[in-house]
Amino acid sequence: MTKGTVRGVIANMVTLRVDGPVRQGEICYIETGGDKLMSEVIKVVGQDVYVQVFESTRGLKVGATAEFTGHMLEVQLAPGMLSKNFDGLQNDLDKMEGVFLRRGQYTDPLDRERLWDFEPIAKVGDKVEASAWLGKVEENSQPLKIMAPFQMQGTATVKSIAKAGQYRVEDTIATLTLEDGTDLDVNMIQHWPVKFAMTNYREKPRPFKLLETGVRTIDTFNPIVEGGTGFIPGPFGTGKTVLQHAISKQAEADIVIIAACGERANEVVEIFTEFPELVDPHTGRKLMERTIIIANTSNMPVAAREASVYTAMTMAEYYRAMGLRVLLMADSTSRWAQALREMSNRMEELPGPDAFPMDLSALISNFYGRAGYVYLNNGQTGSITFLGTVSPAGGNLKEPVTESTKKVARCFYGLEQERADKKRYPAVNPIDSYSKYLEYPEFAAYIKEHINETWIPKVLDLKTRMQRGKEIAEQINILGDDGVPVDYHVTFWKSEVIDYVILQQDAFDEVDAVTPLSRQEEILNLVTEICQREFHFDNFLEVTDFFRKLINLCKQWNYSTYKSEQYENFKKQIKEFIK
Amino acid sequence: MATAFQKIYTKISQITKATCSLKATGVGYDELATINGKLAQVVKIMGDDVTLQVFEGTGGIPTNAEVVFLGTSPSLKVSDQLAGRFFNAYGQPIDGGPAIEGKEVPIGGPSVNPVRRKQPSELIATGIAGIDLNNTLVSGQKIPFFADPDQPFNEVMAMVALRAKVDKIILGGMGMTNDDYYFFRNTFSNAGALDRIICFMNTTEDPAVERLLVPDMALTAAEYFAVEKHETVLVLLTDMTSYADSLAIVSNRMDQIPSKDSMPGSLYSDLAKIYEKAVQFPEEAGGGSITIIAVTTLSGGDITHAVPDNTGYITEGQLYLRRDSDVGKVIVDPFRSLSRLKQLVAGKKTRKDHSQVMNAAIRLYSDAANAKTKLENGFDLTDYDNRCLAFAKDYATAILAIDVNVDTTEMLDVTWALFRKYFKLEEVNIKKEFTDIYWK
Repeated sequence: MTKGTVRGVIANMVTLRVDGPVRQGEICYIETGGDKLMSEVIKVVGQDVYVQVFESTRGLKVGATAEFTGHMLEVQLAPGMLSKNFDGLQNDLDKMEGVFLRRGQYTDPLDRERLWDFEPIAKVGDKVEASAWLGKVEENSQPLKIMAPFQMQGTATVKSIAKAGQYRVEDTIATLTLEDGTDLDVNMIQHWPVKFAMTNYREKPRPFKLLETGVRTIDTFNPIVEGGTGFIPGPFGTGKTVLQHAISKQAEADIVIIAACGERANEVVEIFTEFPELVDPHTGRKLMERTIIIANTSNMPVAAREASVYTAMTMAEYYRAMGLRVLLMADSTSRWAQALREMSNRMEELPGPDAFPMDLSALISNFYGRAGYVYLNNGQTGSITFLGTVSPAGGNLKEPVTESTKKVARCFYGLEQERADKKRYPAVNPIDSYSKYLEYPEFAAYIKEHINETWIPKVLDLKTRMQRGKEIAEQINILGDDGVPVDYHVTFWKSEVIDYVILQQDAFDEVDAVTPLSRQEEILNLVTEICQREFHFDNFLEVTDFFRKLINLCKQWNYSTYKSEQYENFKKQIKEFIK
Repeated sequence: MATAFQKIYTKISQITKATCSLKATGVGYDELATINGKLAQVVKIMGDDVTLQVFEGTGGIPTNAEVVFLGTSPSLKVSDQLAGRFFNAYGQPIDGGPAIEGKEVPIGGPSVNPVRRKQPSELIATGIAGIDLNNTLVSGQKIPFFADPDQPFNEVMAMVALRAKVDKIILGGMGMTNDDYYFFRNTFSNAGALDRIICFMNTTEDPAVERLLVPDMALTAAEYFAVEKHETVLVLLTDMTSYADSLAIVSNRMDQIPSKDSMPGSLYSDLAKIYEKAVQFPEEAGGGSITIIAVTTLSGGDITHAVPDNTGYITEGQLYLRRDSDVGKVIVDPFRSLSRLKQLVAGKKTRKDHSQVMNAAIRLYSDAANAKTKLENGFDLTDYDNRCLAFAKDYATAILAIDVNVDTTEMLDVTWALFRKYFKLEEVNIKKEFTDIYWK
């Protein structure tokens, strides 16, 4: 293998003089004071290779040696990853010793001794391609597939396959005869370089299936779909993380992968603490069982931050290839972009807008492009739904990360300072936010079949009313309460009903936190009924008084357990009140 | 300072305002050196060219200055002797007392493994209702005051520090005026709290670049008491904007491309490294904690500036002070202030109705703000508007003002009383289970 010697150090960028071939993106380990520092090649100039070190370079000296590995940054994929906590380089955080992270400490992401109940799917003589399902094991009641090696070329023939029984991940479970006649032993472990997208599927159609999140402002107003993409930009303090956690708790997915990328450690701790206690509303099992956390918090090495989102995406692709529905959340993609900026700066590249690297936009769109709903080669389906948060500098959405993301993500959930200040949570701006999926005929057909055909027209009607309500609020502000017709007040207050009853949701209330789709349908119908009803008032004070009372009733309804006596009772009261 | 084995270099090839470069070998990254006795740190190595950042500034350094590499990165000697002492940015005593004996620990050490942290869950009571009720602080939290330089943030911070039940208070002063330094010293000493205080001070009279060491010094001391002694430690950092200004100076001298507001592109990571030292350790690790309360001064209240903006994304909330002209008192601004961890204790360590009462009160206070705008624009006010305005006055005086000092249960009772005084049941939008009990 190629070796190198350190020639220069600036923060976490190190220059090496090498004695042989290296490839762009190759991983090497630099030895210093008994520690091996993992690094990645980012630029090659003649004999000098620039690497970014995933650790602190404190004490590193000129002349230190480095050893190249011959491969790029890759992850190991096998059963046993669910409910684990990894860092951005896929080290198992729980296996690390001590309270503090130690430099150069790398731990095995897999459990090599654990036995899995394997059942074969493929038979001897079957023709298989890369990623074909050879067998299955169950982990936390998720049906996981053991697949033919992802990197395998062409078609192979199954020469032998293990009988049903207990095996370790490293045990050979099949032997395949490749096109060139050689035999390949296959175990349960796959390797994949994280920066490359997996394309082991037949087709990636436009996604169309509603992904239920239990968050009304999303499901009812701006739905996301299985295999869809969305992003949540917002200034700090507007509830990005609360919203993301709510979605990851409630969304109807088989696997949830959370990439905590350059964010607060306490937020990850919140997941560690709460998820093992919380129950998945769809399966009744503990949430942690379907969750993987990639924690590269803001105080962990910057270069690994960039890797963390790719590690998470690669894991998601692994589960998608098994036909599972994966929800991937990255908080926050801005921190990833900043990591790129720091490195680009150290390499003295000419900067793009706001000193970000020029290819930022391309990197973001390639990354979002890896999500999607797919038909696998065997006709089954799988999906990766990707939601990223963006932390725009100064809350200004005209900055490179937000703008680049807006070009590729199909759902936009813009969090707004003004709403947050008024404690109208979730602070998703109802007018600027959008879901492109509402315009997809495939989606409309799906909703028609699974809910009803009036759903989308009703949603669109309410959206228009919100817009109108906002316009009137502005007019009232200018002209005064008496300066506009009483009708205007009614229209305004109808939009307030939509806001209070559908859009605002108390993420910390046990009942209100999650609204099942059938309940959302009832709410939508009732709110539509209120909005379409004609009310007659003599003056605006009557309007205000009437709607305040109505909203209070509706809030109590929202706080009542679904289908309980109290729930029906409040519903009846509301119906009587609006007669 | 040089010992027999240390090589002395005497040929400096380049001097800028903050850095010196020379040819040297066997030098480690981040290593300390002295240049004619002035402390410096290695910031760049390229072959045998080594660039040093000189903390005091390079004024007076000759090209033939004696450069000695010390072989270590900046460090602090930690032991119980730290308690009650005042130090400069290098960790040397400035109170005339003896040098500290203890274990030498490099500052800016590694971060805590996230899976070894515990979710913060202990309330830090300050008696200030604007904080305890609306923005409850939790041990292991990190939260700054966003304040204009003329606001009394140092006074409030000293008050919070003295009222909070903590074992150690560590003050890191960066670019603090000498007057403020004496304010803290006198306040702590008058309160008889000096034995709990440790102070690392860089005043406006000291070189600016030195202050880059202050937060790491303070937090290294904090980690000693939290990890080894299992203590509850409160770290006060004031003012982090001065710290960021020094970062910008250094990065500028090193020819780095500035990003927003002339700040270095790594500002987020630099600040996060400091703030993320706030931690609650689990019982297995002794149960100690580090809580950070910092100050970020703003320029004209602008929070979109890179320093407050990046800080806001790192810290768990922020506190704003504001003078309420209607009641003539400094209040904790209920709109913009936020403690992200409050739900970990609100309603759990405090009374169950805490969150709902807090939200309702803020909503009504916001309605009052709207009414005030209406009034200013010359429109007639409704009865509801007038009631909101009256409520807002009482609420600001009895709850938001920083001179209030009561416990949370009393704060809640006071707020309920105000609700009843000014509003109808349906106007407060609080869950029935609470109105049944407290709406009497």
